[in-house]
Amino acid sequence: MFENLSDKLQRIFKNLRGEGRLSAANMEAALREIRVALLEADVNFRVVKQLIENVKVKAMGEEVLAALSPTQQVVKIVHEELIKILGSHQSKLRFSNDPPSVMLIVGLQGSGKTTSTGKLARWLSRNSHAPMMVSVDVYRPAAREQLRVVAKEVGLPVYTGTEQETRPLDLARSARREAANSGRDVLLVDTAGRLHIDEDLMVELQELKEQFSPVEILFVADAMTGQDAVKSAEEFHKRLNITGVILTKMDGDARGGAALSIRHVTGQPLKFVGIGEKLDALEPFHPDRAASRILGMGDMLSFIEKAEEAIDKKQAVEMQRKLIENEFTLEDFRDQIRQLRKLGPLESMLSMMPKVGMLKDLKNVKVDEQEMTRVVAIIDSMTPRERANHLIINGQRRRRIAKGSGTTVQEVNQLLKQYGEARKVMKSLSQGMMGKKLGKFKLPFM
Amino acid sequence: MIQTLFGSVEQEPSLLERLKSGVAKTRAGLVSRLEETLAGRKEIDADLLDELEYTLISADIGVRTTTEILERIRQRVDRHLVGDAAELRGLIEEHLLEILEASDHAPPLVKEPPAVVLVVGVNGAGKTTTIGKLAQRYKAEGRGVLLCAADTFRAAAIDQLEVWGQRTGVEVIRQKPGADPSAVLFDALHSARARKVDYVIVDTAGRLQTKANLMAELEKMRRTAGRVVPGAPHEVLLVLDAVTGQNGLEQARKFTESSGVTGLVLAKLDGTAKGGIVVAIARELNLPIRYIGIGEQVGDLLPFDAAKYIQSIFEP
Ligand SMILES: Nc1nc2c(ncn2[C@@H]2O[C@H](COP(=O)(O)OP(=O)(O)OP(=O)(O)O)[C@@H](O)[C@H]2O)c(=O)[nH]1
Ligand SMILES: Nc1nc2c(ncn2[C@@H]2O[C@H](COP(=O)(O)OP(=O)(O)OP(=O)(O)O)[C@@H](O)[C@H]2O)c(=O)[nH]1
Ligand SMILES: [Mg+2]
Ligand SMILES: [Mg+2]
Repeated sequence: MFENLSDKLQRIFKNLRGEGRLSAANMEAALREIRVALLEADVNFRVVKQLIENVKVKAMGEEVLAALSPTQQVVKIVHEELIKILGSHQSKLRFSNDPPSVMLIVGLQGSGKTTSTGKLARWLSRNSHAPMMVSVDVYRPAAREQLRVVAKEVGLPVYTGTEQETRPLDLARSARREAANSGRDVLLVDTAGRLHIDEDLMVELQELKEQFSPVEILFVADAMTGQDAVKSAEEFHKRLNITGVILTKMDGDARGGAALSIRHVTGQPLKFVGIGEKLDALEPFHPDRAASRILGMGDMLSFIEKAEEAIDKKQAVEMQRKLIENEFTLEDFRDQIRQLRKLGPLESMLSMMPKVGMLKDLKNVKVDEQEMTRVVAIIDSMTPRERANHLIINGQRRRRIAKGSGTTVQEVNQLLKQYGEARKVMKSLSQGMMGKKLGKFKLPFM
Repeated sequence: MIQTLFGSVEQEPSLLERLKSGVAKTRAGLVSRLEETLAGRKEIDADLLDELEYTLISADIGVRTTTEILERIRQRVDRHLVGDAAELRGLIEEHLLEILEASDHAPPLVKEPPAVVLVVGVNGAGKTTTIGKLAQRYKAEGRGVLLCAADTFRAAAIDQLEVWGQRTGVEVIRQKPGADPSAVLFDALHSARARKVDYVIVDTAGRLQTKANLMAELEKMRRTAGRVVPGAPHEVLLVLDAVTGQNGLEQARKFTESSGVTGLVLAKLDGTAKGGIVVAIARELNLPIRYIGIGEQVGDLLPFDAAKYIQSIFEP
């Protein structure tokens, strides 16, 4: 499918005589690829343009580090620029001193407002709040019924109103009274989907805002949104001064460039992401993950960043290069296992990766320390040549290694197989095609 | 002299300034400027091509298709086949029309009713609403219609379809939430036979194309349909939200693989999004666009008109 950005950049730089030497000419080529990658990820055209200029300026000013390949350095700069726009971790919600705190959930049709309302209610109640919900969607067929079902599923109260209450403002008013009377401290108001150019319905939201002074106005946006994201977000923000964004449907394979566009035009933080239809599928927003995803690189980069903290910088950079360029030897495999111990539990490393497909299951994996020791012992018993090129390890060598490490040939075979899988996964991680191959993949100590 | 990532360069004080002004320029209402330029300017230059690129990419047509179109124009300009800026828009329109017309083929003729229309798509695209509107259209053509509530998953999805059934005066075959979608479909098809209706329109739960188990469920529904009514489903409509960006192409690919999509519906075109990804889909998967959705009311579904659609891409 999509060729990973770093693969493309690598190709550009490799095509040059004396790889690693860069000129203004190939900078142009590199920037062109970055531009295409961002556009394919649905980052808005104008935002891309500005980003590219920023990257250009930054790359020009950057000193060349011996340890970094040009590919890495460019990718790193782009990644940093994306994070800069996406902002910091911001999953906090504001609350009013005079409960109930009213929170308006707004957005285009079908973006995921009603589902997100249920998810937020659940999240709030797990964070020691007592939310109540109300749907003021009096337009869409069965919209209020939908929220009722959702509320039942999360076991939290919803104000359903009477037959007579068919006006959004009335419904919200009664719901607030009900919430106050029953000691609920948050009222989540699920509004009808609307187009940003629908004057009447936008005015309706402004009235809700005026009357209920919501502490949060959360704009719910679909991760699959394309170039138009800026227009709708801009208009919702202009009318309402939204206070945050929920990006839904991130459990698919959309790259989610809209996040960047929305953040760029509203300046408001992305607070949560929706990662499924179930009502527990809500997560705080992680800028670094989102940036890697926009670039189609899984979460490799944040792994590298974490590694950088634990390990000395030069080593981490080298590891990154190897991951990207698929030169991951058995020796690296062993080093990585050693470093993993310094990094902390493997589970936490896995949790940095996007929760898609099989990876979800990997999260609960327990790490076997004994296995780790055995693997290191096996690799220690290899000759440097064997570590550099696993293909030369024939039957005879396997027997020798088993003997030297106090293990069995079977265990050596198993390790080599796992290493082979790991290489493949590393390759696909760097291609942003996570999840597909991971099913088969297990590190030896899991 | 500074050492940079891109070799040593002379620090040019003007560089930053130049970049800044470049960005400012592109921000100043490009679409209307495009109109101006096309009307007034004679000369085709890099700036103009830039603006055309902006127009196409903003419509979500995608970098690949856009680049291809612009390349074609560049070649013609180089060969002096066009020298006039005003001709450019016509050229682009022609190219787009070619793509859309190439993929335009009529749905198969159904010899023996019921015709089974399966409606699929990602979450929240507009499937259920499209079905309500379609039911109205078919009824207006004097056809007997039956709706099948095979979204048994999403909260109140069945009730939602039921409301559309009432609005259009069409019966809805339903089971309990959580029922097997194929079982509901099986029921509906037998009822359709018994009642001799012309159309069965099947609502399915929204699903992201990456979810293998849910895509397999669609395959199963296809098989079920074919077993009860030979040749069914006759039409499989993929509903796309007009705001969808480049992911739309993957949607079309995966849904076609699992459920044999035969046509597209572009919903929510009444917003400001252009839904240009359908151009890429038409080109790569040869799928026709059947209808556009232009609102939430029962009459807000129109047959797709390629020429009009292309015009709209150039409107702000
Ligand atoms: N896969 C996935 N589906 C989601 C997510 N959030 C919402 N959905 C689905 O998206 C569809 C639309 O969600 P709703 O919550 O009904 O959206 P809405 O914005 O309230 O829609 P309207 O009220 O009609 O404007 C439903 O099928 C939801 O199950 C998510 O994070 N992931
Ligand atoms: N403005 C506008 N809104 C539309 C159009 N088509 C559908 N909608 C709205 O989009 C939202 C989602 O539509 P649904 O028909 O529920 O979408 P769906 O694909 O069935 O959603 P799920 O079953 O949850 O996956 C609703 O609020 C609809 O009223 C359209 O053409 N224009
Ligand atoms: Mg809703
Ligand atoms: Mg539906």
